[in-house]
Amino acid sequence: MRRLLAFLPAALFVVVLVGFMVGLRRDPAILPSMLIGKPLPAFSLAPLRPDQPGLASGDLAGEPVLLNVFASWCGPCKEEHPVLLRLKGEGVPIVGLDWKEPAVDGARWLEANGDPYLRTGNDASGRTGIDLGVSGVPETFLLDRRGQVRYRQVGAITPEVWDKTIAPLMARLKAES
Amino acid sequence: MKRTVLIAVAVLALAGAALAVTPDEQLQDQRLEARARALSQELRCLVCQNQSIDDSAAPLAHDLRVILRERIAAGDTDRQAMDYLVRRYGDFVLLRPPFQADTWALWLGPLGVLLLGGAGVGLYMRGRALKPESPLSPADEAEAARLMTTDDAAKVAAEDH
Repeated sequence: MRRLLAFLPAALFVVVLVGFMVGLRRDPAILPSMLIGKPLPAFSLAPLRPDQPGLASGDLAGEPVLLNVFASWCGPCKEEHPVLLRLKGEGVPIVGLDWKEPAVDGARWLEANGDPYLRTGNDASGRTGIDLGVSGVPETFLLDRRGQVRYRQVGAITPEVWDKTIAPLMARLKAES
Repeated sequence: MKRTVLIAVAVLALAGAALAVTPDEQLQDQRLEARARALSQELRCLVCQNQSIDDSAAPLAHDLRVILRERIAAGDTDRQAMDYLVRRYGDFVLLRPPFQADTWALWLGPLGVLLLGGAGVGLYMRGRALKPESPLSPADEAEAARLMTTDDAAKVAAEDH
């Protein structure tokens, strides 16, 4: 017993070491969303482009859909944009929320780079984004048929994130009744 | 020299005034503003995570300061105003984590380590104190007796050679 006790500090050290090795490798920007398993808070946003529909929380039920929060001033959004355009080509429904900028800026950006969204709302004040718990752009929410949030992606959707995480989840949500 | 010192002091004094909170954010009512200031020092900026929204110049921190003041001006208690943000950003937004089931290790961990260390030290000390002194063998006893009776100085001198 006494001899086993002598190894206790070493054992504790290993436990702490493993804890730090796992903990320190995690990206501190990726925080849990408060919305997982819940419907989106109610919102209704004006259209980003005058000739297109705006975005309201009620629009987002029926089919699993991606809600992408973006801004023209956001660097990683430029990296993500081609992926979203590709997904649009593959028939993935995506709606856009243009965060914290005047509608003209976001509209100009979509005109220049292509528009991957079925509908896009402009959240110039940023309040809707804050209601969603958005802490930066891009962020993407995956909603199920009932309009409940099932997953949140913090940061850009890279081809890898899409293939490994979001696409399988979306396929599963489609199979849900 | 004196002027240099004066300028340095003036610059240092100004540095203290460089707050993230801008005058247009502040509430007219000084009592409400004081409450908002105190609360915003307890809220984490989600962008620069180790700063409070009171310290941070990030645009999101500005927005959260404004929202906090709106809630307080609308008559929210401190608790209600904090909960408004916790509902959106989770407990992570609180710089002082609440004491609850998933944080007890965080709060009690240091005390646990102290107790464990104390127990270890206690065990070690007791083990030393209780160690029985080994009795001398008869040969050692004889040697000791011989040493006690021989002339110390002569013995030492003999050993020196």
